[in-house]
Amino acid sequence: MSLSHNFPSYFHIKVDREICRKCKRCTNHCSYNALSFNGEQIVSDDSKCVSCQRCVAMCPSGAIRIEKNDSYLPPHGNYTQRIRNIIWSQSGNGGVLLSATGNDRPIRSIFDDLLLDACQVTNPSIDPLRETIETKVFFGRKPKKIVFSEDLEDPNNISLKTEFMPNFEIDSPIMIGHMSLGSISYNACMAIYQAAKKLNILAGSGEGGLHQDFYEYGPNIITEIASGRFGVDINYLQNAAGIEIKIGQGAKPGHGGHLPGEKVNSLISQTRMIPKGSDALSPYPHHDIYSIEDLAQLISALKEATRYTVPIGVKIAAVHNSAPIAVGIVRGGADFLTIDGFRGGTGAAPRIIRDHAGIPIELAIAAVDSRLREENLRDEVTLVAGGSIRYSADLIKAIALGADVGMCCMPVLIAMGCRVCQQCFRGLCSWGIATQQEYLVKRLDIDVARNRIINLFHSWNEELKEVLGAMGIDSVESLRSNRDRLRYIGPNPKIADILGVKHAGE
Amino acid sequence: MIENIKIEYRKENSAEFEINAAPNGNPLNYKILNEKIYQIIKKGYTKVVLNNVCGQRFIGASLQGQLKIEINGLPGNDLGIFMDGPEIIVNGNSEDQIGNTMNNGKIIIHGDGGDVIGLSARGGKIYVKKDVGYRVGIHIKEFEHKFPVLLIGGTAKDFLGEYMAGGLIIVLGLEFKSDGTVSESKYPICGEGLGTGIHRGKIILRTVEDLGSRLGVGAKVYDLKKETEKTIKPYIKEFCDTFKINPDIINLKPYQIVKPISKRPFGGNFCGNLI
Repeated sequence: MSLSHNFPSYFHIKVDREICRKCKRCTNHCSYNALSFNGEQIVSDDSKCVSCQRCVAMCPSGAIRIEKNDSYLPPHGNYTQRIRNIIWSQSGNGGVLLSATGNDRPIRSIFDDLLLDACQVTNPSIDPLRETIETKVFFGRKPKKIVFSEDLEDPNNISLKTEFMPNFEIDSPIMIGHMSLGSISYNACMAIYQAAKKLNILAGSGEGGLHQDFYEYGPNIITEIASGRFGVDINYLQNAAGIEIKIGQGAKPGHGGHLPGEKVNSLISQTRMIPKGSDALSPYPHHDIYSIEDLAQLISALKEATRYTVPIGVKIAAVHNSAPIAVGIVRGGADFLTIDGFRGGTGAAPRIIRDHAGIPIELAIAAVDSRLREENLRDEVTLVAGGSIRYSADLIKAIALGADVGMCCMPVLIAMGCRVCQQCFRGLCSWGIATQQEYLVKRLDIDVARNRIINLFHSWNEELKEVLGAMGIDSVESLRSNRDRLRYIGPNPKIADILGVKHAGE
Repeated sequence: MIENIKIEYRKENSAEFEINAAPNGNPLNYKILNEKIYQIIKKGYTKVVLNNVCGQRFIGASLQGQLKIEINGLPGNDLGIFMDGPEIIVNGNSEDQIGNTMNNGKIIIHGDGGDVIGLSARGGKIYVKKDVGYRVGIHIKEFEHKFPVLLIGGTAKDFLGEYMAGGLIIVLGLEFKSDGTVSESKYPICGEGLGTGIHRGKIILRTVEDLGSRLGVGAKVYDLKKETEKTIKPYIKEFCDTFKINPDIINLKPYQIVKPISKRPFGGNFCGNLI
C-alpha cells in the first residue's frame, strides 16, 4: 500500500443524528457529493465539503453544522496550512493551481485605514432625508471647455460651438462589474440586469457576449470587447449603453481566459457564438493591440462601428505603471477608463496570479487621478474603479480618492446567496450562481435575487447620501477626488503620501 | 456628428455612387469618408465606388446587407471591421487587420494583404490574390452556418492560423507576374509557428515543403483526404474565376493539411484542488 499524501480536509460536516429526519434533502442539494445516504443514515465525506452551506440552509430540522477541521496539523506560523496545502496539491498533480473569487490573502485593506470627515460648526451639514443630495453621475467624455460663438452685432445671438460626445446618466455611482454568462448562470445575469435597470445603474456584460433576452436591458449594460471577441457582432455593439475594451482584469492581470468546452452548452454556444462543446480561449493580449496607437485604433473603430452614439472605454488591471498607461488610454480617445484592483474577482484564474499580481485599487485610483490631473485630462474622462469594493464605505472612499463610479461584483453575488466558497471554476455552485447545470441554475429565483440586489444598492445609495450630508456636500460629483475629506490612520505614512491624504490629526 | 456632407458625383439612373476619397489630392479624414459612405447607403444606394483611397481606416465598418464597395487605391487598417454582409473589392493592396471580427460578407484583394488578416472573424470570405503578412487568420472561428474562409493566392509569413478556433485557411503558393503569367512562388509557403494553439478548423497548404519543423504548439500535419479536397474545390474555383486564373496550374501540386492535435491542447495543465 502506497503512502497517502491527501491533505487534511478544511471542514468537518457534523450531522446531529438525534434530530436528523433522514429526509435526504441535504444529499440532493449537495452538488459536491460530500453527503450521501448509506441506507441507514446520512454519511459525510469531509474531503469533498467546500462549506457552501447549502445543506445547512436546506435541512428542515437544523441538524447539520459545518465545523472547521483544525485539530491536528502541527502549528507553524510561516508554513501555514494554506502553504502546506499548496505544496501537497502541486506535488500531487504538477499543474497550475486554479482559484476563483478574489485574492484571499490577509493583506491589510487600505480602505479600512481611511477615515471620513464630517462637518462641525464652521460648515453646516445637510439632512439627506429632507434636503436634496444628488447622486447622479454623467457617464462619458466631457468637453474640456465650452465655447460659444459670439455675434458682435447682435449680442443675443449666441450659439454653442462645442461638440458634445455621447453621455448618459445613471442614478448612483455604482456599476455591477463584468461577469459573463458562462462564469455565472442565466438566472444570475437576469437578476443583475433587471436590478440595474430598476436602479438605473450600470452592469457589465463580461466578455462572453450578450444573450438576446438581455437586449432589453441594453441601456444599462456596458458590453465588453475582449481578446477572444466572443459574441461580438453588430447587435452586441448597438445594444449597449457603452462598450469597453477589456485589456486586463484585476484578478488576473496579463492573463487570458479559458472556458472549457464541457461548459459550452447550447445557451453559452448561442451567446458566445461558438460551436457547442468548443473551448472558448481568450488570448492573453489582443492581437491587434500591441501599443497605445493600436489601442487608439480599436477605440476609433468602435466609435465608427457605433456611429459615435455611445461612450467607448478601456478596462485595465491596476498594475505598477497604471498611471502613465491610463494617460495613454485617455489620449487614445477612451471616453471612460476602468481600473480593476488586485483584489478583484474572477470565475477562474491561476492562484499564483490572483494572489500575487497587481496593486491595490486605492493606490491605483490615487495615482491615476493625480496623473490625469497633471496632464489636464481628468475632467474629460469618467473613471470607474473596482477590485474589492465590499460595502458602501469602500465605495465612498474610492470616490473621494478620485473615482467617478465604483464597480463591484462579490457583494452582488453574496446578496444573491453566494457563501464565498471559492469554487466557481468547478461549475458546481450549489446556489445556482456560478454554474451552467440546469438543475442548479433553477435554484436561483430571479425575482428574489433581483430584489435583494435592489435592496443592497438602495441601502448603499442611502448611506452615500448620509455621508455626503454629514460632510455638507450636496452632490456626489463634489466628493470625487475630494481627498481633503479623507484622513489616514494606517501604519505606513508612505501610503498616505501616495494617496495624497493627510494623516489623521493633521 | 458630421453634417451637410456634399456628395460630388452621381451616375445617372444607377444604384452606384462614386466618391473621390482625395479631392484635389488631399485625402479626406477617415471620419468624413466613412460618414459619406454611411449616408449614401442610408439613401438606398447599393454600390459605392471609392477612388483615390489613401490609407483611410475602417472603411465598411459594421455595414450590413447586400452592398458592394469597390476601392481604387490603398485602404487603411481595419477594412471591413465588424462587417455583416457586404462585399468589398480592393483594386490594389491592403493594409493590416482586414476583416477584423467580420460576421459575414466578402473581401477581395487584387494584390498583397497585410498582417493579422481576418482577426477573430466568425464568417465570410477573404480572398487575397498575392502574398500576406504575419499572424494571418488568427483566432478565426465558426458558428452554425457561419464559416470563415481565407484564401491566399501567394504565400504567408509566420504564425499563420494562430489560436484558430474554426473555419478554413487555404494558401496556394503562387506568384503573379506583372505580365499576367502565373508560376510557383519562390518563397516558402508559410513561416514559423504555423497553427500555434489551434484547437479547431483547418489550414490547407498547397506545397510539397516539409512543414513539420515549422509547426506551432498543438498543430499537426495530416494527409488530406479526398473528401476534404472535394470540399475546397468550390472555393478554389471561385478564387480562379475572381482573379481570372487558369485553374490547371493549381492541380500541379498536392495539398497538405494542418489540424489540431486535440481540442484541449493544454487541458491537463491546470488543477482545481481545494486549498
